[in-house]
Amino acid sequence: MTTATPAGRRLAAQTGRFVSANGALVGLVVLCLALFIATPHFFTAENLVNVGVQASTIAVLAFGQTFVIVAAGIDLSVGSVAALASMAAAWMYADAGLPGLLALLAGLLTGLVVGLVSGFATSYGKLPAFIATLAMLSVARGLTLVISDGRPISTPDAISFLGSDIPIAGGVTLPVPILVLIVAGLVCSFVLNRTVIGRSMYAVGGNIESARLAGLPVKRVLVTVFALSGLYAGLAGLVLAGRLSSAQPQAASGYELDAIAAVVIGGASLSGGVGKASGTLVGALILAVIRNGLNILNVSSFWQQVVIGLVIAAAVGIDVLRRKDTRH
Amino acid sequence: MKKRLHIVALSLAAAMVLTVSACGRDAGSSDASSGTAGQKKVTLALSTLNNPFFVDVRDGALAEAEAKGLSLTVLDAQNDATTQSNQIQTDVSAGTAGIIINPVDSDAAAAAIKPALDKKIPVVAVDRAVTGATVTSFIASDNVAGGKQAADALAKAIGEKGKIIQLQGTAGTSASRDRGQGFTDGMKAYPNIQIVATQTAGFDRTQGLDVTTNLLQANPDVVGIFAENDEMALGAIQALGDKAGKTVFVVGFDGSADGLKAITAGTLTATIAQQPKELGKTAVDAMADALAGNTPAATQPVPVQTVTKDNVADFS
Repeated sequence: MTTATPAGRRLAAQTGRFVSANGALVGLVVLCLALFIATPHFFTAENLVNVGVQASTIAVLAFGQTFVIVAAGIDLSVGSVAALASMAAAWMYADAGLPGLLALLAGLLTGLVVGLVSGFATSYGKLPAFIATLAMLSVARGLTLVISDGRPISTPDAISFLGSDIPIAGGVTLPVPILVLIVAGLVCSFVLNRTVIGRSMYAVGGNIESARLAGLPVKRVLVTVFALSGLYAGLAGLVLAGRLSSAQPQAASGYELDAIAAVVIGGASLSGGVGKASGTLVGALILAVIRNGLNILNVSSFWQQVVIGLVIAAAVGIDVLRRKDTRH
Repeated sequence: MKKRLHIVALSLAAAMVLTVSACGRDAGSSDASSGTAGQKKVTLALSTLNNPFFVDVRDGALAEAEAKGLSLTVLDAQNDATTQSNQIQTDVSAGTAGIIINPVDSDAAAAAIKPALDKKIPVVAVDRAVTGATVTSFIASDNVAGGKQAADALAKAIGEKGKIIQLQGTAGTSASRDRGQGFTDGMKAYPNIQIVATQTAGFDRTQGLDVTTNLLQANPDVVGIFAENDEMALGAIQALGDKAGKTVFVVGFDGSADGLKAITAGTLTATIAQQPKELGKTAVDAMADALAGNTPAATQPVPVQTVTKDNVADFS
């Protein structure tokens, strides 16, 4: 077979380009295939829906994080902000007597305001994003404990709806967390690709000095990315609380690292300027699939942490190698 | 880059100074009680009073101190190891006769109590152990026995046969280790019960929900779930939906407020309740013993109680 047809060569080249441009997606497919072979319980409709629901919180947090990382920042506070937003909403309903829907909006507003504070601290206050959001991680978690007195608070129906299933037809249901994931992803993609502020995020992340010299409102862009991250964190927190029908004081602790991992697995660069919503979604799905698969295979909990770490390292490592190759 | 590192280091240092001074300001909210001249003064250094569990430990200790004729000074370290260390230092200088410590941090506590031990002042640790120093006595809930009681409660609920799932706590913690060990030991008495999956859910309700959902995919025919704390048990109940308490029975651990509510509602079959007041009482007993010149047992496990629908009214 020394003479390949032109069509065959073109197909091979196209496949090569696709694999190289979608490293994380290929990784996800390989992971799913491996689990499909390993266990009959993975590739069922019900289980795949479960994976989607379980990915939703991390995915929504990661979409918010994508804005920040594209603009060369980092937001370590998202897990705490998610907990604070859900607790604030539950408290508004249970103790301040706000109607459920308003309480939900108050929760989202809490996330937005906290994000704005981080944004102002980073841009106008000139604090490194790492420190500003590390401080916010602590402050937001502390406020959550203060509001809740360390106890879970039940959520109103409007919030519990975010974690429920909508019946469609013939006994088929659509889980609301998956719906939220899709909408949040589409909005993230739209903002990044189709709006001036979104394109400015890439410019600021790529080279902040050039962006400033080109006359972009750098500070306003930075405030916006953190505000969006806070808003998305609030939404993720409400979905999480909805699934449990209660806001938990320790909810989403440590999720910031999963969110950052999802964004980076999805092909974004921590030095900014690169990243897209679809990649982030794939990153979040990879994390959810690994956790789901390890549970189903009943892998020892000690080994699970090792496996998750190795998969994150492998996913990002392959991506780095791939980029190096294409440069030659 | 170097400049940026400096900024980071400076900010961290500033943050630490702020934290320490903030803690120093309102540290040491001590309330002495039932103190008359001639009584021996004993210090009870608690990690926090911002948790109902430790408030109960204090109440149990205060009642027993009064019965034993000891004057008990209660210190609240507000979960700060440095504050706790300072508090103990102050009380040792002030001539306390004995220290009952509930460490904020097991490792940090060793350094804090060493001066006291050097002066031959008896030190009793309660609820959390001190690592790196030998205390006079260590009082804690018997988590191993509790795990065994959970095994018995679950076996009884499912008719001593069938497949079950075990949800573990945070990997590597002593509570998870002891409860899990007690449970698996207890299950050895029931050869017809098979533990089909053992997975961690990090003592967390959300993880309890997700992990149980995943495990039910691979094991749809389970009839029982043991969770090493109530939070994970409540997550498992959420995953089970209508099946909880009807066809699948869940047993938790802790006797938390939400756990007791779930027992009343019938979704949680049993939980293993710790007895914080008993912890406080036993610690004071051990201290009184040591002050009388005796040698109390090096470790004293406080029994835990199985809570079911029959006796839940006694706990809530």
